[in-house]
Amino acid sequence: MNIIVCIKQVPNTTQVRINPETNTLIREGVESVINPFDMYAIEEGIRLKEKLGGKVTVMSMGPPQAEEALREAISMGCDEGILVTDRAFAGSDTWATSYVLSQAVKKIGDFNIILCGKQASDGDTAQVGPGISTHLNIPQVTYVKKIESIEDEKIRVERMTEEGFEIIEAPVPCLLTVVKEINEPRLPSLKGKMRAKKSEIRKMTAEDLGCDFDKIGLDGSPTRVVKIFTPRPRKGGEILKGELSEIVEKITGELKSEL
Amino acid sequence: MSFEKKIKILKEVCVGCGFCVKVCPFAAIGMKSKKAVIDYDRCNLCGACVEACKFNAIEIKTLERKYDHASYKGVWVFCEQKKGEIQSVAYELLGEGRKLASKLNSKLCAVLLGEGVKEKAGDLFARGADIVYLVDSPHLKYYQDDPYSKVLTELINEFKPEVLLSGATTIGRSLIARVAIRINTGLTADCTGLDIDPEKKLLLQTRPAFGGNIMATIITPNHRPQMATVRHKVMKEAAVEKGRAGTLIEKEYKDEILSTRTNLIDVVEEMEETINLSEADIIVSGGRGIGGPENFKLIRELALALGGAVGSSRAAVDANWIPYSHQVGQTGKTVCPKIYIACGISGQIQHLIGMQSSKIIVAINKDPDAPIFKVATYGIVGDLFQVVPALTKKFKQILGK
Repeated sequence: MNIIVCIKQVPNTTQVRINPETNTLIREGVESVINPFDMYAIEEGIRLKEKLGGKVTVMSMGPPQAEEALREAISMGCDEGILVTDRAFAGSDTWATSYVLSQAVKKIGDFNIILCGKQASDGDTAQVGPGISTHLNIPQVTYVKKIESIEDEKIRVERMTEEGFEIIEAPVPCLLTVVKEINEPRLPSLKGKMRAKKSEIRKMTAEDLGCDFDKIGLDGSPTRVVKIFTPRPRKGGEILKGELSEIVEKITGELKSEL
Repeated sequence: MSFEKKIKILKEVCVGCGFCVKVCPFAAIGMKSKKAVIDYDRCNLCGACVEACKFNAIEIKTLERKYDHASYKGVWVFCEQKKGEIQSVAYELLGEGRKLASKLNSKLCAVLLGEGVKEKAGDLFARGADIVYLVDSPHLKYYQDDPYSKVLTELINEFKPEVLLSGATTIGRSLIARVAIRINTGLTADCTGLDIDPEKKLLLQTRPAFGGNIMATIITPNHRPQMATVRHKVMKEAAVEKGRAGTLIEKEYKDEILSTRTNLIDVVEEMEETINLSEADIIVSGGRGIGGPENFKLIRELALALGGAVGSSRAAVDANWIPYSHQVGQTGKTVCPKIYIACGISGQIQHLIGMQSSKIIVAINKDPDAPIFKVATYGIVGDLFQVVPALTKKFKQILGK
């Protein structure tokens, strides 16, 4: 079973703060991490390999420093890392990004399952996974919370919905996006860390992938950001003091009109 | 065009004020000899600096192409149904879609896919749809990626809408993401604000990013339709106008359009005494301060009294006190109900990301320094084991339960 895991390096959004004076993002001291949802995709890929044999290739599109994220994935147990990097990719929206990643998948060729996190914590679009599967014209299942069974030709999964879940059977090859409930990602072992250090990360550029330059970067992206602003921060309100009965009276009174 | 030529600092215009350095979300601008310099390895061409520069000293050049948009007309709402019932997010989008359609001087249209749902078209007319596009087929009874995305692609290619909206639900986000690739157009995810640019008549799509720390307004200038998924519970539902009529357009498709590669084997509903999180106008959440799984009873009772849903923090889920489907926050669900009551939740940033857009937040915590109080509309410093039952009792009284 050959598995491709697509990951993204993101700023740790929980560390991002707003400078109240300039109303801008403070990025100093904000570390780069693997997108939290991608950790579950990496873990699930490694588990499938441990059960069925084969290989896990971890892949990321991003700037040169995204290599760190790939090494971390290798330290957890992925076999090899591919960094898809080129200045020509800058400004890519989800359409162009999923096109580039689908080109990289075609370059890798032999795969059975592609795994992605359900979305990235910086952009939160959840569009790149479905975008890759559509560019490749393979089936997808999104929001997967459990792989029930897997054979050479088909896979049975549980897809999380608002009301519960669906049981879906998909042919292999296919693409799955996964949610947190699917597993608990392992920590890298010392041996894994050593191996990750020595691993060679393959780099692929737009030309290597045979990308159509009209479909990548800013020019290949149908969407444009026209404005970025910081929302007015939510202010703390009133701390209610006094006897419990008074507080309950006050709260229920305030909320009554909303019920 | 090489990347270096795409973004340019006009050195003779730059005064070295450094404002662009501060606004860059990617830390890709530095100062050298009192002039701004771009770090091309980090720059993502997002354009935040261009907008921020008061001296017009930064330029981003994009390829100019000519597109013909004249044949694209109408605001479409993809109306999702489950078990034959139209989901409330569709009514919210019809409400918002009507405003956009008026500004564009075009028609508001609803798309309805399902089996035996023809009679529901009347509900969509009553909620403001001028045209309902209906595809009724056993293959469309339940949502499945392949037939839904193929049918919607066919409809768009034939009728050419200018704008298409869908709920940012597990259906909408899977479906529209596929359709956008197929028809080669732009898609903006999980919008919380929509408007029309009065001059260019473009759809302005505003959405949070970086965990809600920044907001971005996004356009699709050249491709059609302009597509967006929209967060549930943000827009106001369209009012019902009984007896309002419209045009019904029914389409039939061949088996190859309706075929699916994946098979839906079963739908499992995890029935709760309370309603599900994404539909809820009121959410009562419990965190570590609850102390143990048995105490979620208190949370459930208050939620039941209010007709709300039960949420939780990650801590309570990780301790196996409550299933993951209840988790609110960065790795759980993002919610924006009218009332969010946080009980024994300290308010870690990961939790706040998922609920800080709620209209009213009530926080109950015994620690007066808990960060949750910084976002709470009403804070109660006290023992939740006393406060929550007292609230339940009073609300029951008020609501006559």
